[in-house]
Amino acid sequence: MRKKNQKTIGIYLLPAMAMVIVILYLPIFINLYESFFKWGAMSTKHTFVGIDNYLKMFQDEIFYVAMKNNLIFTVMSVVCQIGISLIIASVLESKFMRKSQNFFRTIYFIPSLLMVTVVGITCKMIVSPSIGVLNPMLEKIGMDVSNLDLLGSAGTATYTIAAMSQWQYIGYTVILFIVAIQNIPEDLYEAADIDGAGAVKKFMYITLPEIKDTILINTIITVTGSIREYDEVFVTTNGGPGHATETLATYLYKVGFRNDQMGYASALAFFIFLVTFIIGLLQMKGYNLDEQN
Amino acid sequence: MKKKILHVIAYVLFILFAVIIILPLIWMAVTGFKTNQEMFLAPFSLPEKWVWQNYVDAWNQGIGIYLKNSVVITVLATTLSTFVSCLAAYPLARLNFKSKKVWVYLILGGLMLAPQSSVISLFKMVKIAGLYDTQTSLVLIDAAFRIPFATFLIMTFYKSISYSLDESAYIDGATTWQIFCKIIVPLSKPIIASCAIVSFRAVWNELMFANIMLQSTAKKTVPVGLMNFQGMTTTNWTLVVASMVIASLPLMIAFLALQRQFVRGLTAGSVKG
Repeated sequence: MRKKNQKTIGIYLLPAMAMVIVILYLPIFINLYESFFKWGAMSTKHTFVGIDNYLKMFQDEIFYVAMKNNLIFTVMSVVCQIGISLIIASVLESKFMRKSQNFFRTIYFIPSLLMVTVVGITCKMIVSPSIGVLNPMLEKIGMDVSNLDLLGSAGTATYTIAAMSQWQYIGYTVILFIVAIQNIPEDLYEAADIDGAGAVKKFMYITLPEIKDTILINTIITVTGSIREYDEVFVTTNGGPGHATETLATYLYKVGFRNDQMGYASALAFFIFLVTFIIGLLQMKGYNLDEQN
Repeated sequence: MKKKILHVIAYVLFILFAVIIILPLIWMAVTGFKTNQEMFLAPFSLPEKWVWQNYVDAWNQGIGIYLKNSVVITVLATTLSTFVSCLAAYPLARLNFKSKKVWVYLILGGLMLAPQSSVISLFKMVKIAGLYDTQTSLVLIDAAFRIPFATFLIMTFYKSISYSLDESAYIDGATTWQIFCKIIVPLSKPIIASCAIVSFRAVWNELMFANIMLQSTAKKTVPVGLMNFQGMTTTNWTLVVASMVIASLPLMIAFLALQRQFVRGLTAGSVKG
């Protein structure tokens, strides 16, 4: 490595740095500042209110509904996209499955290529009691579906949206785990075979410890993704019925762009930032930045 | 024997899961060819007559314009972010300078920032800059949010290239720029391609910013356009389905053609630990 003068280095770094600083970092600081004001995009009033927006947030019932929904998304996503995906990946990597692995993993992966809008509208149509195909199907196998409206009832809507999201992304993490498992030295498994270890033992004592970094990083990505959850809800129920499926992000959108309470929305946005940032710090640790430098 | 049974059970479960994945897709593909009436009356059967007209109508009623907008925005944003990431990754990976660590952390720190928490300020900034309802704003925002990951990916790859190549080029009198253009970038083509594909997929599917920054129907992208389309034609569902099929095809085809690059790009960021 050569020492280079600052000017040359600056030319390489400038475009990316300028974009990242202005578009990624600056808004966070503006957002923090704006969260201490009462303001709207449609009005010219801009009044300092101190931490009122934050106090309001912690007294807002919908805020807690949203947090609960984000938690549902988090738990379901971690169980499916980490837990179940890991099992699927390691079974696909075992010898008796190798031949059909490519077939299965390609099919499982396809939904993750679709736009969330497409998946959401399709899901809406399929589970709709009036035009859908799910209810008639369930009726055929003898279920009482007269009151079944998966996306329309407060009790089931969030779980339905979260399930739809699992349908879309399980195959994605399956591929990530397959590639990680393929990087494990084959002789570890051969040694285990000689010792007479079964499939479960090999999974517990070789696969899991060997790919723990991948598991950690994917868990963090999945968790932060669930806290940011916006698209799926926006497309299917837009937070309804009532506010039953609201997540922090859809609620912030509504508060800001529908009700024009931009100050309060900024407080919600800063809360999302804080939570994801703290979790993201763990992600940085997972990438082992210090080792790389 | 017991093992055989377990294997059969595993196969059955995997096939069942594949069916769950594939059924909605088949339903979509078939329904796009039905008349609206047929969809209601015979939801499970194949269409009596395959109606291509749905696709023609879908195209003419807007999906064609949305597709064009999406292609323009996605290509521009992907090119921009990949290009600036290639540049930025170079000094970070292969040159020595004092403040390097700060810049690495600054760029990679961007991975931790949720777009959802910037949306209000960005909306305000875009309005003040006079870029509201322009595709430029969307290109810049989408590109910027792809930079941290792209730079990380490319930087990691640059580091794996042997330093003796640079050294001998220096001795031959090459400048840093020449080394970058003639040695580093050509050797990194595979990772740059993977990186571009990953960014393409992300921008192509991006919904939130596209929904907030653009107002005119004529400027909207496919994800937002589909939402509007669905709102407008609640009576003509098969038309909506046909437009969704059209919207899904480009990425599907790209995936089937470039499967290897796809998988490499998607996995590189999570396997490197």
